[in-house]
Amino acid sequence: MISPRVASEDPDRLYTVTGGRSRADESAMDVVTLIVSECDPTPGMQSEHVRILQMCRRPMAVVEISSELRLPVSVVRILLCDLLDTGRITARHPPKAPARAQLPDPEILEQVLVGLQNL
Amino acid sequence: MTTGLKIVVVGGFGVGKTTMVRSVSEIRPLSTEETMTQAGMGIDDASGVQTKTTTTVAFDFGRISLNEQMVLYLFGAPGQDRFWFLWDRLFSGTLGAVVLVDARRLADSWYAIDRLEHHGMPFIVARNNFDEPKHPLERIREALDLSEEVPLIDCDARQRDSSKAVLIALVNHLHAMSSARGVTR
Repeated sequence: MISPRVASEDPDRLYTVTGGRSRADESAMDVVTLIVSECDPTPGMQSEHVRILQMCRRPMAVVEISSELRLPVSVVRILLCDLLDTGRITARHPPKAPARAQLPDPEILEQVLVGLQNL
Repeated sequence: MTTGLKIVVVGGFGVGKTTMVRSVSEIRPLSTEETMTQAGMGIDDASGVQTKTTTTVAFDFGRISLNEQMVLYLFGAPGQDRFWFLWDRLFSGTLGAVVLVDARRLADSWYAIDRLEHHGMPFIVARNNFDEPKHPLERIREALDLSEEVPLIDCDARQRDSSKAVLIALVNHLHAMSSARGVTR
């Protein structure tokens, strides 16, 4: 099953949104990297950039931005790298992914447990 | 500043992944997707035509603010093969996974369990009960060929407390594993 959203999406549009790039230095951009705007949109800015700057006045995860813009995660990563390169946003990455077959830090897990128990 | 963490709920179609995400999330579950295009594998194909395939995976997610510094994102993800192709791009660094199973369709979870083991991702298994369960959990463990170390619990994904208990069971399991490894280090 191809998702109706992408199936109906004009590929040219996704190409235009990213300025034709299919790769970006995006490896650090995790789905739960939190993004915060560092400035307001300025006239003439690409509309997707404007929306990102507006929605990230409070920290927002990459995946939330993707959902809000209705664009695939990989396209959003490229847009975010543009804004990051020009200092318009800051990014807070999650704790470094543990190497294969390693486990998260017990201290982080203890904080997660307390948080869940308090729900 | 806040840090994002993630836990993934994997399971077959209609097993209750989104229900579980919804019952504990502080936001209405959102959905998005990831796509990946790559050159086809058919180089030896008689036609000699280079094909491109696009992999698209849609997934749901919810959010739980744990404290001032930590936000946990809970992802509901399909267990089919296409999805595992994107696992490293989307879910590397995940704390751990919950395999949600429907006792009437256990075979749907075999592949997910196999893939999680392959990725070295710690997980627990939760049987989602829409009705009174018919079989003891030990029968499910046998049918899934699940090792004794992997926790197996019952839940009702519609109930917030029950879904919360599943997440707590997962984090307890991760903590026990992580601490045990710390001792031997």
